[in-house]
Amino acid sequence: MEVVVAIIVGVLFAVGIYLILTQDVLRIVLGTSILTHAVHLLLMAMSMLKTGSAPLLGRGKETFVDPLPQALILTSIVINFGITAFFLVLAYRAYQKLDTTDMDRMPSESSRHRGQSR
Amino acid sequence: MNNWVVAPMLIPLFTAVLLIFLNKRLRLQRWISLISVMLNAAAAVFLMIQVRTGGIQTLNMSGWAPPYGIVLVADMFAVLLVLAASIVSACCLLYSFRGIDEDREKHYFYPLVHFMLAGVNGSFLTGDLFNLFVCFELMLMSSYALIVLGGTKRQFRETLHYILINVLSSTLFVASVAYLYGATGTLNLAHLSLRIAESGQSGPITAVAALLLVVFSVKAGLFLFFWLPGSYGAPPAAISALFGALLTKVGMYALIRVFTLVFYHETSVTHTLIGLMGIATIVLGGFGAVSQTNVNRILGYNVIASIGFISLALAVSNEDALKGAVFYLVHDMIVKALLFLLAGILVAETGTERINRMGGALIHSPLLGWMFLAASLAVVGVPPLSGFPGKLLILQGSLEEGRYVIAAAGVLLSLLLLYSLIKIFILGFWGEPRHPREAHWKQPRKLLLSSAPLMLLIVLLGLFAEPVMPYMQRAADILNEPSIYIQAVLKE
Repeated sequence: MEVVVAIIVGVLFAVGIYLILTQDVLRIVLGTSILTHAVHLLLMAMSMLKTGSAPLLGRGKETFVDPLPQALILTSIVINFGITAFFLVLAYRAYQKLDTTDMDRMPSESSRHRGQSR
Repeated sequence: MNNWVVAPMLIPLFTAVLLIFLNKRLRLQRWISLISVMLNAAAAVFLMIQVRTGGIQTLNMSGWAPPYGIVLVADMFAVLLVLAASIVSACCLLYSFRGIDEDREKHYFYPLVHFMLAGVNGSFLTGDLFNLFVCFELMLMSSYALIVLGGTKRQFRETLHYILINVLSSTLFVASVAYLYGATGTLNLAHLSLRIAESGQSGPITAVAALLLVVFSVKAGLFLFFWLPGSYGAPPAAISALFGALLTKVGMYALIRVFTLVFYHETSVTHTLIGLMGIATIVLGGFGAVSQTNVNRILGYNVIASIGFISLALAVSNEDALKGAVFYLVHDMIVKALLFLLAGILVAETGTERINRMGGALIHSPLLGWMFLAASLAVVGVPPLSGFPGKLLILQGSLEEGRYVIAAAGVLLSLLLLYSLIKIFILGFWGEPRHPREAHWKQPRKLLLSSAPLMLLIVLLGLFAEPVMPYMQRAADILNEPSIYIQAVLKE
């Protein structure tokens, strides 16, 4: 089972990095999101997937799943959710202001008077 | 167990939440922010006294014993940096009362600064790798908002780059946390150190160490710094000063902490790599600073180059070098904030960021000119100022180890930085004024007052380096001898 998850993590990493390397801001945001999910899967696979029952005491079970990585993943998902939301809003506002979602076409430093922008 | 350890993190957090509700009342916001930062500095001093008399202070959150729960650790190194961060942010806040437009102030500038401070202080104080990640994110989230606050075109473009690069490095951070947890089964820094010392630092663990090196290098601007000069130049001076003084230093702190406490076994791999990256950073950052004509970009490259210099001390890692690194890190926080604030006044005064369009600022504001010159000399390390003792110790440490290339790189850096800063001084302050003074700008003297405490601190730290040295010595002792830290955290 861990091998399957490892392959999925690899594929997700590849997809995420491919998306980040494109020029469109929306694709980049999606890329970062996929990349973080790949890392969450990695975190889960690192503590072995199914080593016992749910970590609840007093049920007569001997072996438990390690709950710590799940807590870490939960924290990381929340943080990632916040950042993705902010990133999307920023991309939208940048589109309104700069009239493009193409990272390469955003006005470069040399083409404008800098220092006047304050 | 000492509940005071959490104070430097709690005070800004509560202040930030409180300030969100006082959004419309600017005067009140300003006063509360300033008082809160002062309280924070007082808490840091109080902690420092406790650490000096009673050794390392720890706090197990919710009473969970160390390897299982999250632990906060206040050793001398962390407390010194918390104190420096509080003082620097107090001055930046004083500056922003007049140096930032009301529009930004009304759009949650003060709450964001306090959230960022909570993240910064948390990163200094935490003793848990995943908690370090959370504190990093708290700090970065607020910095994303601060950097785009105001919404000019340039800010939007730079913020997109800045967020992307930081999200990528955070992702790698979580990945390396996953690998470390898989390999050792713990995330407590002290426990990690113990486990790795027991089982030996094998190849895979060294690979994870290299991954963490990449993560922290992106945050600190060590070698992977291509995003830094643009992003730090985009927001107004008070915000760039906070960023230049605090954010990169947090990355550097994490590097020093992790590579002296946990991954200190395979120095031939990791520390050599850090040394090479440091030398490359110094060369690229130094020449970058010399080649630029935009004030903010020159200062951005200056930040990068000093990070390279501190990492050289980590590469050498003997007693003198680490003591120098602690001293230099504190000095660098203060002096970089001062430079950014003074440059902000200079830009407002002359109405341009390009040094070849400036000139004659010395006529209008002589005090600003001489303060800028003094700050430049402090960066380079001219004796009576605070740059000197740290630089001397780092160079001395590298010569003791026979690392002549590293020492040479450090000296080369001084020359390049001196040239880049004196260039600002000559082109900006000498000569005839090119622009008529802008009528709406009439507060340089009050703004100068906000940077005066930093100036004073630089002089005092340089003159009274001798009485300060025992504190640096204590901080360096713990970096040299990880067992002190481990015992303080795990035995209680």
